[in-house]
Amino acid sequence: MPLLESMRMKLNYRIVIFALSIVFGIFFSAPSLLQLESGKKITLGLDLQGGLHMLLGVKSEEAVTSRIKSIAASVKNFGEKKDILIDTLAFDENRVVVTLLDKDEAKNIQTFMSEIKGTIVSVNGAEVSISLDEQEIARTKEQAISQAIETIRNRLDQFGLSEPVVARQGEDKILVELAGIKSAEDEQRARELISRAAKLELMAVDEERTARVNSMSTTDAASYGDVILEDVNNPQIKYLVKEIPVLDGSMLTDAYVGFNENNRPLINFTLNAEGAGIFGDFTGRSVGKRLAVVLDGKVYSAPNINERIGGGSGQISGSYSVLEAKDLAIALRSGSLLAPIYVMEKRSVGPSLGADSIEASMIALIGGFVMVVAFMVVYYRVAGVIANIALVANLLLIIAVMSLFGATLTLPGMAGIVLTVGMAVDANVIISERIRELLREGVSMHKAIEEGYSNAMRAILDANITTLIAAVVLYAYGTGAVKGFAITISIGILASMLTAILGTHGIYQILEKKIQKSKNNLFWFGIKA
Amino acid sequence: MEFFKQTKALAFMGKSKIAMLVSMILIVASYAILATKGLNYGVDFAGGTIIQVKYGSAAPIDEMREKLKSNSLFDGASITEFGSSDEVVIRMKTTTSDVSVDIGDVTREALKGTGEYEIRRVDIVGPKVGSELKEKGITSLILAIVGILIYVAFRFEWRFATASVLALVHDVSIALGAISLASIEVNLDVLAALLTLLGYSLNDTIIVFDRIRESITESKDIDFAKMIDESITKTLSRTTLTSLTTLFVVFTLFVWGGEIIHAFAFTLLVGILIGTYSSIFVASPLLILFGFNAKDYQNKLAEKTKREAEKERMRAQFESGVM
Repeated sequence: MPLLESMRMKLNYRIVIFALSIVFGIFFSAPSLLQLESGKKITLGLDLQGGLHMLLGVKSEEAVTSRIKSIAASVKNFGEKKDILIDTLAFDENRVVVTLLDKDEAKNIQTFMSEIKGTIVSVNGAEVSISLDEQEIARTKEQAISQAIETIRNRLDQFGLSEPVVARQGEDKILVELAGIKSAEDEQRARELISRAAKLELMAVDEERTARVNSMSTTDAASYGDVILEDVNNPQIKYLVKEIPVLDGSMLTDAYVGFNENNRPLINFTLNAEGAGIFGDFTGRSVGKRLAVVLDGKVYSAPNINERIGGGSGQISGSYSVLEAKDLAIALRSGSLLAPIYVMEKRSVGPSLGADSIEASMIALIGGFVMVVAFMVVYYRVAGVIANIALVANLLLIIAVMSLFGATLTLPGMAGIVLTVGMAVDANVIISERIRELLREGVSMHKAIEEGYSNAMRAILDANITTLIAAVVLYAYGTGAVKGFAITISIGILASMLTAILGTHGIYQILEKKIQKSKNNLFWFGIKA
Repeated sequence: MEFFKQTKALAFMGKSKIAMLVSMILIVASYAILATKGLNYGVDFAGGTIIQVKYGSAAPIDEMREKLKSNSLFDGASITEFGSSDEVVIRMKTTTSDVSVDIGDVTREALKGTGEYEIRRVDIVGPKVGSELKEKGITSLILAIVGILIYVAFRFEWRFATASVLALVHDVSIALGAISLASIEVNLDVLAALLTLLGYSLNDTIIVFDRIRESITESKDIDFAKMIDESITKTLSRTTLTSLTTLFVVFTLFVWGGEIIHAFAFTLLVGILIGTYSSIFVASPLLILFGFNAKDYQNKLAEKTKREAEKERMRAQFESGVM
């Protein structure tokens, strides 16, 4: 049956797969290429769309120090409660040293500390020293890092940017990526929101001694169990407050922006039941005294307590703008950072530079593409046209696969696509040269095509696999934008197997009869033989 | 169109002594430059700060220097043109680690009154991150070479693998020499270009080696140098064409790709030229130098085929026996 025979010739499996991959390529690259509303699109990297990339470090050892500090506070509380007379109480970043007046009390401290997990207590006469074991130190540091990630993520989620990235990198680093930051002001706001410790403390003013605060040194203050804090607006104004706070932000349940009678913004906060209880008791006990509202070590206000305050709510007033108040409320709601963070790496790209980069690489892509395509046609004639069809299909596939997986296109990634244009035609060059060689030897067209492909196959595979090895290493060890290069090169190589090898072979199979009939090797393959 | 029509083998191996000499001179010169001038590490590897500023018209570099002097944060800062006269880059070895105090903002403040400008890019790489990136970069180069060595040894033979890897070392050395000579700033993108170059140069070498492998298995007793000459001649069209098409695009990247991609394109441009040369004049002569014997290889292959045939026969016997 000749009709069926010719049908079979036309629909070889290679051309079917090639056609399907082109359909796949067009379908999935369309949303990215035509910027359609729906469908998965390629994400542009921060270097192309503009944005902020930061690698943050966490000073986790400071979380250990504050842990030690809180142990010191609880020892002091315990001593007061149980009437244990403490001669001196000192702490540094490693341990707390308590000297007791009566050395027989040491075992009471020991029993008390045994309830606190991870502490090592050693007694030497009346001197008790308390430190943390290695596990506890590691746990505290780890908690500081994971809590920082959680907190920063919470804050940025409320900031209003689309899809902020907050991820852990390595053991102790935090990667923050913010796309679509449009102005320097936005960037500054974001950075302040990230770095703000947002540690709220309500502290009792030491009314007996605060009058002398200006002549007092920090060591003097420490000897009374006090600290000296500055006013947020005027550093000249100093307050002497009790070092151990009445309450801290961990008991806060909500914070939101409100306005006072002069229509100035302020922040209202609400405490949980436990906090409300402590707050009520303290205010009831301290009528006539002042309570300092301290945020990140600065006094925002120190109002007089006129009566017992129940209900557990309060205000932080200060001279800030509505926007600042809003960010502050976000930071307070998301919780405080246990340890300070610092910048290890920062890359910020303005949107206009990103647009310039896209334009420059598009020019390079189009320029390179036109040159390669023209060259292939001049040199190989129809064989060149066939190679060019495969090249276009290859580019479509790269974009389609990247869109489908939501991969990020970076500037080096663009360079990778441009380079793929040059390298993808390589397979077709190898194949065409093999076919030419066989035609010169005078073999039949069918044999020249089939053997040309099979001879070329081994070399193409070996060459592609070695390039893939380099690309995979680049992906595994590259950071950020360079990873994008490895991705596009790898996809380009894999796609070329489908387009440049399988696809073009399929096209030749369809055209074989025609080529055989015409016998015009110059037209088909660009040679005279 | 055809570039190379001759079917007669060109005498590449006859020229291999000259080529080896040229390569040795280039390598020695490269290492001499690297030892004396060294590499110009950019912020990615050395750590430091880069601030890119674009002005509405030509950047007033002297005025900028004067303004920046007032702030000690900018001590030792250098200001250079970046691609065009209205765009400049401020480079500093120092970094700031405070999240809320930003060097970009400080610069914006400091430059007030120098005209209309926009801060387009701020890169800060802390010293720890820089040395980590450098370490990772060197590891990745070595890993890629080892991976390639193993693959080629598995697909060909150990002497092929060693020859191709030495050719790669040759390429990377000379490319690094050129980078040093041209004072190209070495950042992550240059590393990416070097790794691409590895893959690319190896492509070329493997295409030639594949031909050599083919002629060994197909032809009986001709001399090995002649086999190599024939193989290189036969692949010469392909080598030239692919180098050309790739050079086209790298050249467009170099010319139109913008300043940011400049170092990347430069490295590839040099690399492709060196890589093409080395796959013809370095990798193949090394096979002879290593004492590769075509006859032995043929025998080995023949034995392998025989063994496999034997295995196949036994399996067939066994299977028919079971049935």
